[in-house]
Amino acid sequence: MNKTLNYIREKFFSSPIDAFLTISISYLIYLTIPPLLDWMFISATFSGESKKECVSGGACWVFVKIWFNRFLYGMYPNDEVWRVNLPFGILVVSIIVYRFLNEKYKKYLFLFLIIPFPILSLMLFSGGFLGLMPVETREWGGLFLTLVISIFAIIFCFPLGVLLAMGRRSNLPVVRYFSVGFIEFWRGVPLITVLFMAGVMFPLLLPAGTNMDKLVRVIIAITLFEAAYMAEVVRGGLQAVGRGQYDASKAIGMGYWKSHIFIILPQALKLVIPGIANTFIALFKDTPLVFVVGLLEILGMVNLAKTNPAWLGMATEGYVFVALVYWIFCFAMSRYSLSIEEKLKTTN
Amino acid sequence: MENIIQLKQVNKWYGDFHVLKDINFEVSEKEKVVICGPSGSGKSTLIRCINRLEEHQKGEIIVDGMTLDENTKNISAIRSEVGMVFQQFNLFPHLSILENCTLAQIWVKKKTKKESEALAMDYLKKVQIDDQAAKFPGQLSGGQQQRAAIARALCMEPKIMLFDEPTSALDPEMIKEVLDVMVDLAKGGMTMCVVTHEMGFAKEVADRVVFMDEGNIVEAKKTKDFFDNPENERTKLFLSQIL
Amino acid sequence: MSFLKNKVERIDQYLSDHPRIKFVLPQALLFAFLILIVGYFSFNASTNLEARGIDTGFSFLNKKASFDIQFSLIEFDSSMTYGRAYLVGLLNTILVSVIGILFATILGFIFGILRLSSNPLASGLATSYIEFFRNISLLLQIFFWYFTVLRFLPQTENSIVLFDSIYANIKGVYFPKFVWTNLSFLIYGLIFTFVSIYFFNIYARKLRENTGKILPQFLISLGILIILPTLVVFIFGVGVEFSHPKLEIKMGIANYIGGSSIIPEFLALAFALSIYTSTFIAENVRAGILGIDKGQKEAAASIGLTNAQVLRLVVIPQALRIIIPPTTNQYLNLTKNSSLAAAIAYPDIVLVFAGTALMQTGRAIEIVTITMLTYLTLSISISIFMNWYNKKVSLTER
Repeated sequence: MNKTLNYIREKFFSSPIDAFLTISISYLIYLTIPPLLDWMFISATFSGESKKECVSGGACWVFVKIWFNRFLYGMYPNDEVWRVNLPFGILVVSIIVYRFLNEKYKKYLFLFLIIPFPILSLMLFSGGFLGLMPVETREWGGLFLTLVISIFAIIFCFPLGVLLAMGRRSNLPVVRYFSVGFIEFWRGVPLITVLFMAGVMFPLLLPAGTNMDKLVRVIIAITLFEAAYMAEVVRGGLQAVGRGQYDASKAIGMGYWKSHIFIILPQALKLVIPGIANTFIALFKDTPLVFVVGLLEILGMVNLAKTNPAWLGMATEGYVFVALVYWIFCFAMSRYSLSIEEKLKTTN
Repeated sequence: MENIIQLKQVNKWYGDFHVLKDINFEVSEKEKVVICGPSGSGKSTLIRCINRLEEHQKGEIIVDGMTLDENTKNISAIRSEVGMVFQQFNLFPHLSILENCTLAQIWVKKKTKKESEALAMDYLKKVQIDDQAAKFPGQLSGGQQQRAAIARALCMEPKIMLFDEPTSALDPEMIKEVLDVMVDLAKGGMTMCVVTHEMGFAKEVADRVVFMDEGNIVEAKKTKDFFDNPENERTKLFLSQIL
Repeated sequence: MSFLKNKVERIDQYLSDHPRIKFVLPQALLFAFLILIVGYFSFNASTNLEARGIDTGFSFLNKKASFDIQFSLIEFDSSMTYGRAYLVGLLNTILVSVIGILFATILGFIFGILRLSSNPLASGLATSYIEFFRNISLLLQIFFWYFTVLRFLPQTENSIVLFDSIYANIKGVYFPKFVWTNLSFLIYGLIFTFVSIYFFNIYARKLRENTGKILPQFLISLGILIILPTLVVFIFGVGVEFSHPKLEIKMGIANYIGGSSIIPEFLALAFALSIYTSTFIAENVRAGILGIDKGQKEAAASIGLTNAQVLRLVVIPQALRIIIPPTTNQYLNLTKNSSLAAAIAYPDIVLVFAGTALMQTGRAIEIVTITMLTYLTLSISISIFMNWYNKKVSLTER
């Protein structure tokens, strides 16, 4: 008994400031948490078909339930959503299986996931062959669109970022100045202006009559933008790999590309895994900005739904739902990168 | 001779780990004591208790007539009379070597800048790095940094100097330059407590050698006695490994 | 396959025998490629613009804008030019960025330090705050403040009243406008105060260096800061009156007239930007404090410095060196992120210029370019400053 009291005094009341903190934070928790729980669960309405059922004063989760498919798939036709679910299902299964495979199969699975798989998925999403109904990209939306944009941008921005990082360290002046200029330009402007560019300026730069898909333009814009950030992260890794590694690979007769691909990059990338993960997380969090060109990912769909006359006043529920989705994805990614980092630390 | 440092029945725990067990230990004025023992034996903790970088939980520590306890006033008085040299030098990287040496003189002893710089230059000359005074710690070699750290401690004109493994972080070729400074200091009559594995140094300057193991003082003897006829088995084993 | 490999190896061999070509060829190729791309785009752009009958150039900046801006720091109405509208947008961007940076820094330091607290409640609160707000899309946070929290404010007729003079309602926050008499004396007085504090501190340092006497610098500075302006106010008769906002009902619509006001768009944006960015600053602060070796504090204590002196002379100067560079980066991010203002119609540069002005004039290329260049100038000047600063304070290493 005495021990617990001592523990409490030491941890919570060791100084006047500490006591003040303990008391004010406890009061804050008392003020916020019970009403929040009450709103979210106890007085919330979970079942029903319309806003009318929500009379209890708590959250109206009916809104999220009814609009669930729209939040997930946008305007993708309900009967066709299996075409979205299938590739994402395969992706999730592959990621789980990946951890249990041996090195050789890991490599094959990885190559499959980054090259043929995205192409096949895209074909399935758009349809128009084998009797599959064509679904245009303007019908894509919701979380599905969020994931399509971020995954494709990630796949493209990674190699581009690595090339730019190498370019910035190149001893060929034109290559170096180009890389520096490219990186600093994209890092110096906000993403929203880049998307404006993709939306209104880009079509003017293409030959008259060509009509590049809006989604493609957006993915190109985000790729260029994030590649600059990726390049800076990778550059940090390249700098951290010791001079000795360059000399050693030169000494065994490897040229610039061979020594980079087989010796330098594998080490450099390992060093900057947390930075790479942070770039991916930032990219994922930035996807809602595509609203400026009229694409509606999950947050955009909620904004659309809350203005539906039958569902006015449901903004809070919608935002809480989207916040939860974003939070889970970002938190999971950051924890995953931490765990990889820990693992690398112990194996090295 | 009067005891300037006096430890009576001192005990210390880190959580459940008992680091110091009933330590009785004293150092008289101008005495040089070397403390040795395997790592984790509590020897660093022991000397860190003397300037209260670590707090002991039981027993009594008296330094220069002042008792170490919760009374904070006492502690800064004691700390300015006890100089300490660390294994990792711990020079302040944002200050030049000279500023490292004048900082405490100005803020604790409230001396003028001129006075404190003059004294600092004296001590820097004594440790033979007066030509490096304007440089920053990062620009110096390990041996030079450790000598600067000794000068920084001496600038407070302490009565006692504590050394916590001062040569363990140094490259072999730099150990001698630091030990030479310490030998000079010892010859000048400073009271010194030195935690070290340098048995050559112990033989040359120590009046007494204390051997610690697992939080106990296993053996404490006059230097010659300690090396010529150690009694305890653990001491013998340790000496056979280190010599 | 092997034929191809052979070819590649022969090219490789050839190139390594001719280092000059190896040096020039890739650069020439890249250069030619860039010229081609730029040429192709400009050719397309000029034909497209011609076909649509849009003329080019920046002359539109001097034309009448004929739209209104809801919130502006300088005078603006629809008879003024697009150039003026650009300036209004730019100032609004700067305003929200400066306010955001101020609060993000305060919150960041509070939560960064709390996170290191030994009190589990405090560190737990800080950790949840940081992990919660940094993992949610900023745009969502802006929407949340704007469409959810601020919508709970009452209608104009039932405004929340603070101190009898501040009115908060769904249309914004209204507060008294300060009407000064002899304001210039107060300003000169304040300038004089800061100058005297500066010189007092120099004097205190000199005194310390020459005689060893240590003055209570902080307390005396604080004293000067309080006493001097008070004296100025009384001697020169500086006065302030408040022009209170008044409730007016015209044709059944209630409105506060007079006083000053902040629009809810600004509030939502400032809240979201400050909170979101503060989570990153908090992490920098934490890293800065943790980045200082325990040995530094021990060494400082061992030469007799008091706890406060250890903090002031050893810990803080070193921690700031670690904290400042990444934090400046966050300031830059905040400024760029303020462009999300467009989503809730806060009239920043993107909304006013890249939005409304672009719609009206159709000058997509010019306007997007000007907007991007504005941000680019801002970013590059901050990073030049940062490089200079880093060079100045970086610890000299061997």
